[in-house]
Amino acid sequence: METVLSVKGLRKSFGQLEVLKDISFDLGRGQVISVLGPSGGGKSTLLRCLTQLETIDSGRVEICGETLFADGKYAEKEALAKITLKVGLVFQNFNLFPHMSVTENIITAPMRVKKIPKDEAVETAKGLLAKIGLSDKADYYPYQLSGGQQQRVAIARALALSPEILFFDEPTSALDPELTGEVLRVIRSLADSRMTMIIVTHEMTFARGVSDRIIFMEGGVIVEDGDPEALFTNPKNPRTREFLSRAAD
Amino acid sequence: MNQNVLMLMLQGASMTVRIFAVALVCSLPLGLIVAALRMSRLWIFNLPAKIYIVVLRGTPLMLQIFFIYFGPAFMPIFHFRWSDRVVAATVALVLNYAAYYAEIFRSGIEGIPLGQSEAGKVLGLSRVQTFFIVVLPQVIKRVLPPLANEVSSLVKDTSLIHVVGITELMLVAKQQASRLTNPLPYAVAALIYLVINTVVSRIMAAFEKKLSYYR
Ligand SMILES: Nc1ncnc2c1ncn2[C@@H]1O[C@H](COP(=O)(O)OP(=O)(O)OP(=O)(O)O)[C@@H](O)[C@H]1O
Ligand SMILES: [Mg+2]
Repeated sequence: METVLSVKGLRKSFGQLEVLKDISFDLGRGQVISVLGPSGGGKSTLLRCLTQLETIDSGRVEICGETLFADGKYAEKEALAKITLKVGLVFQNFNLFPHMSVTENIITAPMRVKKIPKDEAVETAKGLLAKIGLSDKADYYPYQLSGGQQQRVAIARALALSPEILFFDEPTSALDPELTGEVLRVIRSLADSRMTMIIVTHEMTFARGVSDRIIFMEGGVIVEDGDPEALFTNPKNPRTREFLSRAAD
Repeated sequence: MNQNVLMLMLQGASMTVRIFAVALVCSLPLGLIVAALRMSRLWIFNLPAKIYIVVLRGTPLMLQIFFIYFGPAFMPIFHFRWSDRVVAATVALVLNYAAYYAEIFRSGIEGIPLGQSEAGKVLGLSRVQTFFIVVLPQVIKRVLPPLANEVSSLVKDTSLIHVVGITELMLVAKQQASRLTNPLPYAVAALIYLVINTVVSRIMAAFEKKLSYYR
């Protein structure tokens, strides 16, 4: 299997606080990894380092054959821009642009960054909206949508750049429980179409069902990395076991 | 009071409106630039901006007008003289109002959630694109109400420049009132200022309405 993301010895500190301590893992094309773990374990920081929202301190990160960070320094500006377009990030609180309609939210980056002509970008947006079941909301503004609908639009916005890897940081945590289903269904359909994804989530059942692999993170280290069934039925590490039993209540 | 006096007052009002318009158009972008400098993490940018804002907001506008108008004459090393007193007075208004606008823009920009720029960055937009496409439109909506207040003050503050002898509405009213020994020109001037400000606030309200399509 082709490796699309390779992380080796990744470290990140905020001042004195070391938040990521020697993180290493690979992600193959079409694989879905769910990242579980208690609050403050560094899950968000990991995704933010991989999407260039936080600066990496040390280690080595390669994305789709391009080196993002190695030997203490970042790649050249052009390479960074190229890597940016290969990854997408879906935020916990959507971060849709409130002054833009649903369609404008989706077409802005393709038009401004990839220089795709407007009619073509709009066509792509229509296709994506059909896929997430929001064709009738193309001209709505974010404030007119429910949280679940906003998050689905945010997913469409990320997909519009055809990323190789899609990261999700707790995509359903800001939603009322009755709205999580519609978002999880969209993510599951992406998994079914072999989209490469890393999903940070607290939805255990979903993670178990959708993932090829589960990474359990705590205190800035990967405590366990393996097959979902094995991890859920027979966690090797006592920390994982404790977390899963607490989450089960 | 005859037609001739009214004519003079309307000419003064026209000068007032022109100075107001030029001062507004120049001070808004300058305010944005000062806000950007003020928010820089580098002290060589943010320190001068901070001093600029403190000084211009902390001293009387009247004093600033005097200083800018007469100042160059006392500093021969600069070899600079105002060729036109209207320009000098407008510059003073621009510099003063830019300081107020800078603070309004800054709080407007700081009020936009960080997630907005992060979303822009992750989507591959450059920093400049993120600012102009994502952040600034939202800032404009946020700052319009406080800006409307300042714009209305600017209309009134143009009256201060009569101290350097510019024949705008205030000076004409003063001259005519003393010539006629009659306060009526002051009342007429008041009415004209009210009309200008009503128009200005209507325009601001129209902008606010235009941006009310989202929340
Ligand atoms: N910008 C920052 N400055 C300082 N400390 C930070 C910053 N961002 C995160 N941290 C700290 O880093 C640690 C890891 O945070 P992170 O958000 O990555 O955890 P998480 O696993 O995503 O937790 P959660 O499940 O609550 O989202 C926490 O202790 C947090 O307080
Ligand atoms: Mg988090």
